[in-house]
Amino acid sequence: MSNSVFSELIGLSAGALLLTSVLTVWHRSQRASIRALAVQGFALAALVAVVAVDRKDVELVPVFLLVLALKGLVLPWVLARRPGVVGTERVRIDIEDESPLLNPVATLVAAALLGMVAYAVTWPLVASSPSAAAHAAPVGVAMVLIGFLVLVTRRRAISQLVGFLALDNGIATVAFLISGGVPILLEFGASLDVLLVTLILQVFSRQMRATFGDTDVGRMRELRD
Amino acid sequence: MFIILLVPVAVPLLLGAVALVRAASWVRRFSGVVSSVAILGSGIVAVVLGQGSAPLSSAGILRADALSAYMLAVVGAVGLVATWGGLAPRADAPVHTEAGRAPLGMYAALVCIFLSAMSLAVLADNLGVMWVAIEATTIATAFLVGHNRTRRSLEAAWKYVILAPAGVAIAFLGIVLIYASSTGTPTPTLSWLALTQMSLHLDPALVRVGAALAALGFATKAGLAPMHSWLPDAHSQAPAPVSALMSGVLLSVALYAILRIQAVANAVIGPDFLRALLVAGSLLSLAIAAALLLRQRDYKRMLAYSSIEHMGVMALGAAVGPTALPAVLLYILSHGLIKASLFILAGRLLTAEGTPIISDVRSLLARRPGLAVPWLIGIVALLGFPPFGIFFSEVGIILAGWATGMGVVMSVALALMLVIFAGMTRLTVGMMFGSADLPAPRVDSVLDRSPHGPIAPLALALGACAIIPFLSGPIGTVLSDAAVALSWTP
Repeated sequence: MSNSVFSELIGLSAGALLLTSVLTVWHRSQRASIRALAVQGFALAALVAVVAVDRKDVELVPVFLLVLALKGLVLPWVLARRPGVVGTERVRIDIEDESPLLNPVATLVAAALLGMVAYAVTWPLVASSPSAAAHAAPVGVAMVLIGFLVLVTRRRAISQLVGFLALDNGIATVAFLISGGVPILLEFGASLDVLLVTLILQVFSRQMRATFGDTDVGRMRELRD
Repeated sequence: MFIILLVPVAVPLLLGAVALVRAASWVRRFSGVVSSVAILGSGIVAVVLGQGSAPLSSAGILRADALSAYMLAVVGAVGLVATWGGLAPRADAPVHTEAGRAPLGMYAALVCIFLSAMSLAVLADNLGVMWVAIEATTIATAFLVGHNRTRRSLEAAWKYVILAPAGVAIAFLGIVLIYASSTGTPTPTLSWLALTQMSLHLDPALVRVGAALAALGFATKAGLAPMHSWLPDAHSQAPAPVSALMSGVLLSVALYAILRIQAVANAVIGPDFLRALLVAGSLLSLAIAAALLLRQRDYKRMLAYSSIEHMGVMALGAAVGPTALPAVLLYILSHGLIKASLFILAGRLLTAEGTPIISDVRSLLARRPGLAVPWLIGIVALLGFPPFGIFFSEVGIILAGWATGMGVVMSVALALMLVIFAGMTRLTVGMMFGSADLPAPRVDSVLDRSPHGPIAPLALALGACAIIPFLSGPIGTVLSDAAVALSWTP
């Protein structure tokens, strides 16, 4: 692949990743956030494909399939799934839309600031690298920070989970951009861990709905000192 | 010799699988104990075999040098105290008595997976495998923390499963950067053995950021401030044997991960950078533990904050460097045994008294000597009185710190430790003595001498803590061998 095409494709997928990351912050609707997360999973898979072609690395082919299946399809499906959905359940999901601690404008400003912070701290690390992929690494760090922002400013269980997964996608982005991914054994282990954590949190959020009536994490404040 | 490395990982998994599918109640009841014995046995064999010979290793994934072998023995020992002490008094009673509507087979299986994951974490010769194993401990313990299915345990479990994986994800980012630092070399690797070799010429800038993030991430699991906020909730709401395992040994396994990361960082960028981070985390942990122990109301939370304090002192020892490491390792063992015993006792106390509130349990020594006497001995050991191991470890760390020129840090730490000492003494005195006439105690004024469960594991644990520091011959060699495994002198 010629160098300029490669740079353009890297830039394109990194841009898609950052954009979807911002969308998860911006959307109040849980379903829209989950959709943004799914698109992000596809963008990540595209990034893996570009890196794989550039490095002519056959080992990245199963990784590409894994990312596509897990982050693009399985995880968003797990998040969107409501156990025992009946007709009225849909209404309840819409009621459960987010009332975050920050309003959308403040959140977008915060996301922009985090992007600049990510660029400022990461650029010195990758500036000397000759690879165009490494130069895009600040995008991954920005995604990690934005994931944290979602995690701390959201009150619904599922929205916090979206933040966690966006954070995880950010780490994967950094890994693929900066070193062409991690050893494949670790990649599988990490993916399995993320899947299990997501399933566990999904079970807990169901228990939370059964116990507290809804999934507003802010209601849980019995454990204090 | 591979079998020694395989047993502690495979046997608990196997037992867990059996406990999950087979209905036989004795399998479920004893699977944790047998797993712990297997881990302790292989740990001791590895320690003995490892002395004076090359480290055991297998397939480039598992490897036991002196430090791994020692940590494996600690996992086994604390696991044994927790699982044996956690057995219910009667054979027909459930595995633990605090509640438990969740299926008991699942409980037994998760405890076994938890033990196996901790063994894998200390045996992995690969930062990536170690990371996966540590993340697996979170997954195994998630449902164990939420096992009682109360509002409070659900809240604790949610906080735990959101915060711990987020923290450990940061550690993953750090490990990715460390890996990236090795991609410039001919053999990209995550083996910490290879990474600590000076000849590899890793990129120092990447290693610096990577090590900082990895240490920060694992510090979340180790309960160091400011990433500690999940710890008091999770440790106070989990069933007693699980609290004992999490507080007694899981925190130390996370500290072990920090020690390994530190060894890599020291080999590339020298000790000063991580030392500053560890000192900051350690003093902050001590300060937070001191502030919250002074007015603590719940005795299980009291033990949890005490764990934050002790992890802080251990991190301080790690910051000091090689001269303090034998003391840190003795600390890991002593704290594990004592804290596991105390959490087991706290669980029995909670079952007997029905309340976790300190001011509601008074004059225990007069009313329930069977529980109060071991509790008192455990707290005395925890507060750092001789002849228990924590005393010698704390003295060792502080002296080593002074000798390294960290006098100011050590003085601040010592002052905070004194505050904690005073706070915990006051709370314990309130529980043990206090006036029995206060409205709190209920009508059961019959003298209760029963220890409410097996007393042998607790006696063994506390006895071992008192004796081990004096076995300077064999134990001293084991500890210094283990410390050498981390040394960064080429």
